[in-house]
Amino acid sequence: MAEPHIIVRDLTMAYGDRIIQKDLNFSISRGDIFIIMGGSGCGKSTLLRHLIGLIRPAKGQVIYGDIDFWAAEPGIRTQILRRVGVLYQSGALWSSMTLAENVSLPLGEYSNLEPAKIAALASLKLALVGLKGFEDYYPFEISGGMQKRAGLARAIAMDPDILFFDEPSAGLDPISAKHLDDLIVELRDSLGATVVIVTHELPSIMAIGTNSVFLDAESKTMIGQGPPKQLLAAPPNPKVHEFLTRGGTL
Amino acid sequence: MYEPIAAARMVIAREGDRLVVRLQGDWLITSTDLPTLDEVIVQLKKQPPQVVLVEDGGISKWDSTLLLLLYQLRDFCQQKGIELECGSLPQGVRRLLKLATSVSPAQHEVHEEEPGWLEQVGLSTLNLCQEAYEFIHFIGDATLAVVRFFKGQARYRPRDLWLLIQECGPTALPIVTLISLLVGLILAYVGALQLAMFGAQIYVADLVAIGTVREMGAMMTAIIMAGRTGSAYAAQLGTMQVNEEIDALKTLGLSPMEFLVIPRMLALILMVPLLTLYADLVGMLGGGLASVAIFDLTVLEYLNETQQSVDMTDVFVGVFKAAVFGILIATSGCLRGMQCKRSAQAVGEAATSAVVTSIVAIVVSDALLTILFTKLGI
Repeated sequence: MAEPHIIVRDLTMAYGDRIIQKDLNFSISRGDIFIIMGGSGCGKSTLLRHLIGLIRPAKGQVIYGDIDFWAAEPGIRTQILRRVGVLYQSGALWSSMTLAENVSLPLGEYSNLEPAKIAALASLKLALVGLKGFEDYYPFEISGGMQKRAGLARAIAMDPDILFFDEPSAGLDPISAKHLDDLIVELRDSLGATVVIVTHELPSIMAIGTNSVFLDAESKTMIGQGPPKQLLAAPPNPKVHEFLTRGGTL
Repeated sequence: MYEPIAAARMVIAREGDRLVVRLQGDWLITSTDLPTLDEVIVQLKKQPPQVVLVEDGGISKWDSTLLLLLYQLRDFCQQKGIELECGSLPQGVRRLLKLATSVSPAQHEVHEEEPGWLEQVGLSTLNLCQEAYEFIHFIGDATLAVVRFFKGQARYRPRDLWLLIQECGPTALPIVTLISLLVGLILAYVGALQLAMFGAQIYVADLVAIGTVREMGAMMTAIIMAGRTGSAYAAQLGTMQVNEEIDALKTLGLSPMEFLVIPRMLALILMVPLLTLYADLVGMLGGGLASVAIFDLTVLEYLNETQQSVDMTDVFVGVFKAAVFGILIATSGCLRGMQCKRSAQAVGEAATSAVVTSIVAIVVSDALLTILFTKLGI
């Protein structure tokens, strides 16, 4: 079995007194395409924000390798985050910058490369996501799907070990969603990265997910864990079955 | 644990019709003194081979740096019609190289070239004409919406209007108080120092009263409101453009002009004159404080002189100007907000533009109105 890359231990997420999810325990293996799934409002994106250091857990640990992220010094936390790439739901590109500038920013901040090499690397990253020739475009000049791919180019700018995706297929047509899924698998295989995806898109979950966790809004905890196909074949809970079969219609 | 980085090396050898490039060591962004393509390109130009063979001669670690080298080499070989073979390189590198070079033609577009200076002049002129058109269109739409409002035909939420009135009226009182008090104090201080040279410091009350009521009260209130409320209107409406909230109103058959713009304009046009009256009183109070505390005038002397120097005409002039300023601030803020494009940067630009436009319009209109009132003897 592959070594754990991220371990979530006894995690409780809360906004003030309001608990979102509690007692979350799971591990993400190196090279996994790990799916965080569940119904709307169950706390999937909140969990992602806990994993990438945007929200401090109310209780519990997020462990990267053998380092407890929230117990670590801020400098160590920054080092961990440098090895992480995130694609936000809307792409979250900086609107005042061109696509090339968006991708170049992390390279300029965290490497000692000369500007010409940074520009060449930015073009390469854009080419990897199929946006060759769009370097000088601003985010508002391209479509939503292209913005997502540009966001992915920025996420892989620093050759991360872990890639996080928040609803990558949301708002995309089925063909674009399939292309993005293929790209995620290709990048995982080529870069050897671990991929964590928050989604409730069943075709994507079944097509690319190698492991998963299912969050439930009602009980405020996880009610399923394992490869998505295995969860579909032997659902641990009727809610998981209902979700994975689209309310029993599949 | 810290792992030492093995220096990246590139060994170039010619084997018949092939140029063999052997890569060794760590090819990482963090590596120093990475070999460049220069030597390979010199070899390729000197005696172009049929094939360039890139071999794994002991690559221990790699990242995008290696991929970039191959990507650039591939581009160069393609231009020269030379075949590139990377068969023995790590599989991940080969897959990424394939991915980077497999852009479908449908997605590949070329960005428009930068326009020349003559074209830029033309484009700027067209932009100016477009802006003028949009401004006139906005004023026309706003006028029609105001007419519908007074006829009771406009569709808006009265609750929004009251909230906007509260937002740009009572909640602005603290900042208006502070600024007006200090401006009155400054006027009195500077004026009294000069008047004292002629033993006429009693007339500091006249200076403060007339200066505040006819000019400074309205002007300072307008500038505060331009920075505080005009920019907020531009940012609010701009964000609504970005979030497609204005499109949603349109598709519901509601006029954004009636629903969003008119309540904001009315709130500001109503509140700026009222705040100006308040600012006049506070300004005169500030002048009085300085006069009594520093220049030995009695409260009674100050009040008496103030009463004699200012009449209702002066108050009317100040309030009239304030109403004009209110229209200008509201128009600038709402116009810039409605013109806002769909990005975060555009919202910031709209807010900035609203403040700049408002302040320029306030100062220019104040100058024109002052000349007009002087000519009319008011």
